[in-house]
Amino acid sequence: MLRNIKEKAGMLFVSLMCAIMLSPAWALATEAADMAPVPAMGDPDWWKWPVILLFVTFVMGIIAVLGGVGGGVLFVPIIGGFFPFHLDFVRGAGLLVALCGALAAGPGLLKANLASLRLAMPVALIASTMAIVGAMVGLALPTHIVQLALGGTILGIVAIMLTAKKSTIPDVPKADALSTALRITGVFYEPTTKEEINWKIHRTIPGLLTFIIIGFMAGMFGLGAGWANVPVLNLMMGAPLKISVATSKFLLSITDTSAAWIYLNKGCVIPMMVVPSLIGIMLGSFVGVRLLKVAKPTFIRWMVIAILLFAGLKAVQKGLSTMGVTLF
Amino acid sequence: MSQHNTQATEEQVLYADILEKGMFAGLALMVITFALYVLGIMPSIVPVSEISIYWSQPVHDYLVAINTNFLHWETLPTGWSWMKLLGYGDFLNFLPVAILSGITVLCYLVITPGLFARGDKAMAFMALAEAVILTLAASGLLSAGGH
Repeated sequence: MLRNIKEKAGMLFVSLMCAIMLSPAWALATEAADMAPVPAMGDPDWWKWPVILLFVTFVMGIIAVLGGVGGGVLFVPIIGGFFPFHLDFVRGAGLLVALCGALAAGPGLLKANLASLRLAMPVALIASTMAIVGAMVGLALPTHIVQLALGGTILGIVAIMLTAKKSTIPDVPKADALSTALRITGVFYEPTTKEEINWKIHRTIPGLLTFIIIGFMAGMFGLGAGWANVPVLNLMMGAPLKISVATSKFLLSITDTSAAWIYLNKGCVIPMMVVPSLIGIMLGSFVGVRLLKVAKPTFIRWMVIAILLFAGLKAVQKGLSTMGVTLF
Repeated sequence: MSQHNTQATEEQVLYADILEKGMFAGLALMVITFALYVLGIMPSIVPVSEISIYWSQPVHDYLVAINTNFLHWETLPTGWSWMKLLGYGDFLNFLPVAILSGITVLCYLVITPGLFARGDKAMAFMALAEAVILTLAASGLLSAGGH
């Protein structure tokens, strides 16, 4: 009985949070912020946006954990679409949000031997180099083009989330020559089956080449890239799902670092935005882990897809409206 | 767990240890520096009540505006120029961000000698290359155009 009430309360809370984030009121708030004249003097209510940001990123942290996505992928489209901050600063903050999440999780995953340093190193070398290029291109392009491309990417992520399959332990008949030469292999203990799982990978070269695109997009949009890392590591290269998820999370600590430096050197860091966002996401993730016990993952996943769909369409609409095209 | 042959390699554990220390140091410093800034304990270049005027502008316009209104420098405050402004709360917050962004370079540099010593040359060169790339990104030599 008590458990039932707790479950319902948990679901109600999560639904409420999702409803807030999907509310058209956010869109209206953004339009108002876009149109508001720049005040000549300081704003006595300056504190309200950091407080709202703290609250929204707290909710985002909960949803990210429950929905099994990274904070960055929710942060950039939602904050970029519905807050008065310019996309340059949102992308800088988004990278730092994804970076801090990866830094917080990375050491534990490496020590538990779930994240593989040997698998991450060649991948990171390509992805981080391309993230630098992506960041430079993203900062050089006009904002509406980046906004439009961001919207398209978010809608693409929605499509990936709807269609991508997962393979707990993919069948890799034979490791390829490159992964054998680099000794990219490992063993981990699976407590559910009480087995030691020896893993190896294949299709290393196509997999590494895919990270050219993934790294570029991570740097350009400040999204983090777990949504792309995991399918490539798991389905294309054949790493077990647990290894793929953990290595992907750790990988972000390297990929996002390189792009974060470009944004930092360019001046795209406003502490009044970055710090509340980091605190909010981290506290939200902390609560989210506890809510995992009572939340229904399928329901949350659909909510995340709905939020991303809405945020992606909003980004497309913002990008097109700057070009004089009205969609809705 | 210990009876299973699933331990992380020596360099992986070393990397994780340094990453963990850097992460805790960066996050703790971030909380402290933000408190110094937002509570007004330290002065800031852009007053907290005025920052909302600037954050909706593209980064180039923002830099021009704060340079014109507050800094009056000959060049825009990009790259590592924030180091000159560490006495101000808003720019002091760049320090923990730099620590969090820089710790990975240190991790790579520390594991490289061990990789060479074990004859793991491919991984050692990759670690060195990664450290060079991240250092290059951090150096500010790679600059993007404005819009």
